[in-house]
Amino acid sequence: MSYKAKFKVWRGEGGEGRLEDFTVEVNEGEVVLDIIHRLQATQAPDLAVRWNCKAGKCGSCSMEINGKPRLGCMTRMSTFSEDETITVTPMRTFPVIKDLVTDVSYNYQKAREVPSFTPPSGVRPGEYRMKQVDVERSQEFRKCIECFMCNNVCHVIRDHEENKTNFSGPRFLMRIAELDMHPYDVADRQEAAQQEHGLGYCNITKCCTEVCPEHIKITDNALIPMKERVVDRKYDPLVWLGNKIFRRGK
Amino acid sequence: MTQTTPDAPVRRQRAQVKVRTLRTDRWWLTPFVTFLGLSSFLVYGVWAIIDNSIFVDPYIAPFASPCLAAVTCPEGAQLFGWAPIGDWYALSPGLLILALPGGFRLTCYYYRKSYYRSFWLSPPACAVQEPHGKYTGERRFPLIMQNVHRYFFYAAIVIGLILAYDAVLALVHKPAGLGSWILILNAVLINAYTLSCHSCRHIVAGRLNHFSRHPLRYRAWGFVSKLNAKHQPLAWASMFSVMGADLYVRLVAKGIINFPYA
Amino acid sequence: MENTHNTERHEYDVVVIGAGGAGLRAAIEARQQGKRTAIVCKSLFGKAHTVMAEGGAAAAMGNVNPDDNWMVHFRDTMRGGKFLNNWRMAELHAKEAPDRVWELEAWGALFDRTKDGKISQRNFGGHEYPRLAHVGDRTGLELIRTLQQRVVALQQEDYETHGDYEAYIKVFAECTVTRLLKDGDAISGAFGYWRETGNFVLFDAPAVVLATGGIGKSYVVTSNSWEYTGDGHALALLAGANLINMEFIQFHPTGMVWPPSVRGILVTESVRGDGGVLRNSEGRRFMFDYIPDVFKDKYATTEEEGDRWYTDQANNRRPPELLPRDEVARAINAEVKAGRGSPQGGVFLDVSTRLPAEEIKKRLPSMHHQFKELADVDITAEPMQVGPTCHYIMGGVEVDADTGAAAVPGLFAAGEVSGGMHGSNRLGGNSLSDLLVFGRRAGAGAAEYIDSLASRPKVLPEQVEFAREEALAPLGRSGENPYEVHHELQRTMNDLVGIIRKAEEVSEALEVVEKLKERVRLVGAAGSRIYNPGWHLAIDLRNMVLVSECVARAALMREESRGGHTRDDFPGMDPEWRRKLLVCSTEDGSSVKVRVRVQPPMRDDLITLFDRDELKKYLTDEEMAEFDGIAKKS
Repeated sequence: MSYKAKFKVWRGEGGEGRLEDFTVEVNEGEVVLDIIHRLQATQAPDLAVRWNCKAGKCGSCSMEINGKPRLGCMTRMSTFSEDETITVTPMRTFPVIKDLVTDVSYNYQKAREVPSFTPPSGVRPGEYRMKQVDVERSQEFRKCIECFMCNNVCHVIRDHEENKTNFSGPRFLMRIAELDMHPYDVADRQEAAQQEHGLGYCNITKCCTEVCPEHIKITDNALIPMKERVVDRKYDPLVWLGNKIFRRGK
Repeated sequence: MTQTTPDAPVRRQRAQVKVRTLRTDRWWLTPFVTFLGLSSFLVYGVWAIIDNSIFVDPYIAPFASPCLAAVTCPEGAQLFGWAPIGDWYALSPGLLILALPGGFRLTCYYYRKSYYRSFWLSPPACAVQEPHGKYTGERRFPLIMQNVHRYFFYAAIVIGLILAYDAVLALVHKPAGLGSWILILNAVLINAYTLSCHSCRHIVAGRLNHFSRHPLRYRAWGFVSKLNAKHQPLAWASMFSVMGADLYVRLVAKGIINFPYA
Repeated sequence: MENTHNTERHEYDVVVIGAGGAGLRAAIEARQQGKRTAIVCKSLFGKAHTVMAEGGAAAAMGNVNPDDNWMVHFRDTMRGGKFLNNWRMAELHAKEAPDRVWELEAWGALFDRTKDGKISQRNFGGHEYPRLAHVGDRTGLELIRTLQQRVVALQQEDYETHGDYEAYIKVFAECTVTRLLKDGDAISGAFGYWRETGNFVLFDAPAVVLATGGIGKSYVVTSNSWEYTGDGHALALLAGANLINMEFIQFHPTGMVWPPSVRGILVTESVRGDGGVLRNSEGRRFMFDYIPDVFKDKYATTEEEGDRWYTDQANNRRPPELLPRDEVARAINAEVKAGRGSPQGGVFLDVSTRLPAEEIKKRLPSMHHQFKELADVDITAEPMQVGPTCHYIMGGVEVDADTGAAAVPGLFAAGEVSGGMHGSNRLGGNSLSDLLVFGRRAGAGAAEYIDSLASRPKVLPEQVEFAREEALAPLGRSGENPYEVHHELQRTMNDLVGIIRKAEEVSEALEVVEKLKERVRLVGAAGSRIYNPGWHLAIDLRNMVLVSECVARAALMREESRGGHTRDDFPGMDPEWRRKLLVCSTEDGSSVKVRVRVQPPMRDDLITLFDRDELKKYLTDEEMAEFDGIAKKS
């Protein structure tokens, strides 16, 4: 059941590079990452690729396969026809270190800018009582394996690098939503989402949801609800008026 | 944090892939079809405003309901015979109310996605470069106005109820009329689309952090969430149903369709 | 940060090697005690192998069954490890696990809940009560993310006070440590390279915490990722510390067997905990045929009773699918050997006929996803095919139970890289709690050690120079492809020192390892120093070969079968061997010596927690007489 497949793989250190052609054996049941490994073992021992668990749980092997952001370990070769040339490139939004490995430090920086979980003072470990229905929404977001493909595909920074300073990307806007919906979190997330993390840049075109390997409904369940929460806070004159009249604010 | 060495590789640059996309599938098909679909709706809408055949007993064209003008609305078309817009108004009655359902759809989270992609190409499809040099999103005027979506939602609820009332009324008067059933179907789809709205989901209970303390609202949220997952298909279905129903009524009114059970 | 010979130099109080659960918990503790801490890891921050843990973290919180407490947990752990465990570690672990889990919740973890809003707990093999705190089947991810976010929280605190996120805790991601440095007897630092650039890094630090995980990459069929090359084990050995229990390797009974490229990837034990059953090609639930004598009265003997247990645990015994992992793995191995396996060489694990499809998707979402995506199998409609896979090494660095300190002053270890806690076999769910309990203790131990130091050990330039040359060597050679050497090592260990071992085969493996050592010295890596996986593997090979030799030598020496060590030629468990620990060490850095050391007897108050009848199965007559004396006194 094995055949020879045609591959084009991005090779190069830093941004300069080119697509290199390979012809490589493919066996039944294999995924793209297997083929990359076969290239390493047989034709290009210094071909750089990040990977760890090979089971879609760690989010290391993010790459672009035929132009689409995918996890190499979860893209089965059987989804391609045998005569198709498969093009593998690094994530486009982040600087290339070498070959398929990109510098994803942008994501770690943004993660650091989101204030951590802030419980009310006085609740001691072991005293937390939360109902399942109250944690389920945030639990969905915590399925995130940080493959950063949502941030990679988001046109706000993919096509406009200059927005990187003001926009934290779907991954971290979702993190903010996760904390905002946490039953015990007391920090103000809504103001920060809009002012510091650029929620307003999002035009809900849903590519983050399309590429999410964990099938998290990022747009419908995190970004839009977060936008609505911001509307409550900033753009809803009725809420504003109500708060003024009944002094309901904090 | 990965990269903290001072003398790390020379060029910190993204891959200089010189093409707009490496996608090999027909990524342009969806935005293209969306463009055609939405355009047809716009074209039809303009025609519907100009056209005056809005009523044929017991049907009223959905684009003109509620019919609020004293002059241009036939008596049977008026809601409970109510015509707050006086004699001075001689234009199309649709013009008075179209802004509400139109605005609802214009600011709808799904429609925003679809026209940003298909009309503004921002982006045309995932991982396909957009043709614009700058991008500021929905942060400033006019796009910041998208945030008023929930007011249009409140209005859409009223319009939805009126369309349902129109349809029931038609059914009572002409239970064997094809038009009555078309209006019923349209009312169901319009209301389902309205209830599946993201703002609705937020207002019902999405804004709460403790569902367990509001069991009724939580159940309602569960129901709306299920509908919400179908927001896109409902948006298209209700768009075509309202166009179809509207056209049908007008064609009956013009006498173009005139079989016995029309 | 001065640069000499292109080597960056960093000064820290504590260097933690490994950013999995144990490493992060240790780093958090060290930083909370005011120590400047570096976390060095081979992958990106947050990608550690801990994410693969699915089932949960065992902690006797008693949320689901109030009868649970640390003593029951302690008994289960000792029983699972066949009484070879370091009992002090098992005691600390059972006592402290609940606090460690609760602490995670205060740092933002969201576990699944019970009806009254507490942390829900699930059943697992070898645990008497529902005990595993979990989040669906992705508990490891929750744990790693929570600890990662806790590190970030501490960095944010430091930013508030010092204006620098990395003032007290910094992550060196994609950085590999190749040597520990010593000043006399004591640790003085660590040497490594950036994977990304190939540049060298020198850490000047009096305390090093090893938290590097396991050695699975020495086997072909393994659930472990490429990182599991036994780095910590080897670094400790080379620094003069001892490894114990290296013969005990856990083969997880249920790994995927098809397609070939994912062979070995884990199928969580929760599948069985939630009702999944094992069948052979004849459709028989064969586990009923494999209940060993020591467990006879604890497990159901009929399918009916086993099935009733899922709904009524008070009045029924658990089904034998939930026996400890070693038993299940051996049973599957035996079924396959007897020709009753599945088409692709495993057995069937079926949950589709046991639970409604919706329930399966809810309880086992990532398993459903994994099989759908990787094998095109819908587990709600058809059975999975599973077989044993190398999963976990019980053995590791010999440490002091309370502080995690190894024999070398300044060296600490926690998590899978440390040895003793799990005895000859680890219970599912005990590893996540192990990471937290002993991660914290190692961090605290390191902090305490630093406070007790009169002067800071110095980094000696000649050691740095040696480490540099050693690391650079493969690049200068045009020798053999490291992938080939690696593959031969994996095959050898898998075939000759696998689940079932024989003296001749293990001896043969040792001969091969001896030859591989020579080949490792000659491998060459093409290409530059920038992100060069061939070069990285060439360096890791030294560790894998060294650790494999420990495993094989210890396996040859232990002439009995116990837990994760099964000898075909010595099939029984021998009470005489119970207290004997096999201790590996090296003097010249390339050959391994194994000695026998006797483990101290269990403290009186701990041993009396067990029934006489149970102890009888494990203890020698002499030890039983001692026990009777103790029991009479109390």
